[in-house]
Amino acid sequence: MSNRVLMKGNEAFAEAAVQAGCKYFFGYPITPQNEIPEYMSKRLPEVGGVYLQAESEVAGINMIFGAAGTGFRTLISSSSPGISLMSEGISYITAAELPCVIINVMRGGPGLGGILPAQSDYFQATKGGGHGDYRLLTLAPGTLQEATEFIMMAFDLAEYYRNPVMILADGFMGQMMEAIEFKKVKLNYDIPDPKEWAIGYMAERGKRALIKSLSLDPEMLEKHNQKLQEKYRRMEEKEVRYESVGVEDADVVIAAYGTTARIAKSSIKKLRDQGMKVGLIRPQSLYPFPYKPFNDLPDGVKHVLVVEMSCGQMIEDVKLGVQGKVPVSFYGRCGGMAPSVEEIEEAAKKLLG
Amino acid sequence: MAEVKIFERPKSMTDVSTHYCPGCTHGIVHRLVAEVIDELGIQEKTAGVAPVGCAVLLYNYINTDMYEAAHGRAPAVATGCKRVRPDLTVFTYQGDGDLASIGAAEIVHAANRGENITVIFINNAIYGMTGGQMAPTTLLKQRTTTCPFGRDPKANGYPIRVAEMLATLEAPGYIARVTVARPKYVIKAKEAIKKAFQTQIDGKGFSLVEVLSTCPTNWGMRPTEALKWLEENMIPYYPLGEFKLPN
Amino acid sequence: MSFYREMIAAGFGGQGVMLLGQIVAHAALNEGNNVMWIPSYGPEMRGGTANCSVIVSDGEVASPLVSSPDVLIIMNQPSLAKFVGNLRKGGILIYNEDLVTYDDPRDDINIVKVKANSIAMELGNEKVANIVVLGALAEAADIASVDALKEAVKEILGAKKAHLLEINMKAFEKGQEVGKQHVAQANS
Repeated sequence: MSNRVLMKGNEAFAEAAVQAGCKYFFGYPITPQNEIPEYMSKRLPEVGGVYLQAESEVAGINMIFGAAGTGFRTLISSSSPGISLMSEGISYITAAELPCVIINVMRGGPGLGGILPAQSDYFQATKGGGHGDYRLLTLAPGTLQEATEFIMMAFDLAEYYRNPVMILADGFMGQMMEAIEFKKVKLNYDIPDPKEWAIGYMAERGKRALIKSLSLDPEMLEKHNQKLQEKYRRMEEKEVRYESVGVEDADVVIAAYGTTARIAKSSIKKLRDQGMKVGLIRPQSLYPFPYKPFNDLPDGVKHVLVVEMSCGQMIEDVKLGVQGKVPVSFYGRCGGMAPSVEEIEEAAKKLLG
Repeated sequence: MAEVKIFERPKSMTDVSTHYCPGCTHGIVHRLVAEVIDELGIQEKTAGVAPVGCAVLLYNYINTDMYEAAHGRAPAVATGCKRVRPDLTVFTYQGDGDLASIGAAEIVHAANRGENITVIFINNAIYGMTGGQMAPTTLLKQRTTTCPFGRDPKANGYPIRVAEMLATLEAPGYIARVTVARPKYVIKAKEAIKKAFQTQIDGKGFSLVEVLSTCPTNWGMRPTEALKWLEENMIPYYPLGEFKLPN
Repeated sequence: MSFYREMIAAGFGGQGVMLLGQIVAHAALNEGNNVMWIPSYGPEMRGGTANCSVIVSDGEVASPLVSSPDVLIIMNQPSLAKFVGNLRKGGILIYNEDLVTYDDPRDDINIVKVKANSIAMELGNEKVANIVVLGALAEAADIASVDALKEAVKEILGAKKAHLLEINMKAFEKGQEVGKQHVAQANS
């Protein structure tokens, strides 16, 4: 109990990264994630690290390309429009197989949109964003506590797979304060020593490092793609994470992630208090997506309700999971509006008939 | 009499033929960079960053740790590397489209931060790899595939003098413009490149050497004509010299 | 019955409503509860209307959205119009009498009026108006204990602002007096 500290989400994200051994941060201001760079600018010098404000998100992500190429732990954060600007760089980073962690504190779009919370970058995070056949391992924490643990885990995952890991948060999570207990999270994975591949070890290795994405020979490029795809299949086998609550006896199952799942939990509690059987599946990894719990829904489930702070993005993956076995409905708010506890309650009641 | 070797491939160059067109001056500049790296004894402690453009395959020719960056972003990549590994010597090698057009923000801000990296900037007044389009450094009246009637300042503005522009900033340590159009210039060019690397090693901040170069293929000239054209047309607009010296 | 309290504090940017909410969250956390504080954010940071929500619970805090609070702190007129209708029946409204008039008040809520600015001015610094209100809240609402709130004020001021501790404590105590009067009246 005494180890719990009250922290703003953005600051807690940054501190979690520092505690995971990340010493290098390159960023650019954008609301609602500004407390991350602000915190890092003060904190990183204390641990002998470097904070650098890039001239743009475009430059920032390419600084990450350079820094991650040295094999050290690096972090960058932004919010939706900034992530769009970084998408080219993210494609290059995945192609060059560099580890790094990217935090997106989502706000409403499209375009400049607004600064209030949204979840409308689901497609961007899980289906591409940049060009080419690549995937971002995407984690969607539900609480600030879980976010700190996912961020620490993200650095291990990034190094193990040599692939960027995105933490998909929203403006609520960035701005809210909760009590955090910083726990050491370490995956028991056999992480390769960066000295085997990174820049700066030519003498030790007896061989130079080449960090690149260009491959003009189509056969070579196809092989490289196949190698990346094998890696993504491994992620799909090993890195699926979700929370399932009260699904066993449910008539209706709500699917929601992040802050929306928290709101839905309050709705479900009220519905259960009224004797209505509603459960929750909360994907914690968005790529790889937990298709299985939707495919294996108990026979009693009559309907799935997807709730998002978007116009309907994750619903496509839920439908892929459900495979038409039961109807899938959607309730969403967007543009910085959040679905209320009561709205979700009503939407579920309609389905319960 | 024992054989005396007076000329050999620098250690910091790989043993492969380059893909460059006949008469292209990239090869000369590559060699100068490699010779300087050898002479400074930093081959195993150097990281280079290749651009997008004709020199994208630089990583095949310079035998050090190498990155290949996104178009225009080499100074950002170099920044990321150098900030984590200040013990490494980090350089970028960029053409005029990469550095002065799409990468204008990155080069200005790297220079303005006094980022302790070295930039080799190839100015041949044209886009080479994509087939001869107008560059920000294309001279007035010069014809390219995208200014077929000659560059008109009313439509396209004036050619950018990168070295002079960056020399207005406080932070950079060394900025020079050289060419490789004649052997006498090549010797000067090497001196400038060495000074630039030395500036970095001495921790004196950002260094850039702009190298006036030819593109016979896209200029539509024989290599010798191209060298002459460079001297007669580029040097008057882009004067050679040192614009900033380390303190 | 488990403990679950929701609060909204609203006012002009610069009136210290965000800090007030954070102090409540700190205090409740120190008492072993789970807490959540969330601000409105954006261009209203200075001058416009700002508000924050606080949830205190001995169990899980699920939804971070507060739609019908148990406690409502209102520091300026526009905030009253915006939030007073949402206050839970039987909830407590604490408002800044110096800047807010509430004609035709709801009769299903408890109302505590605090001359926050006047009291703060008398103490010599208008900026502590939010702490005056906090003192009233400490007595009149049951979201966190008086001691915990007082400690949280000290904690947040910290060593850097130790010179402001005295005036803040005085402000808190003045607020407590107002809160106590309200409780006495309600019980009589």
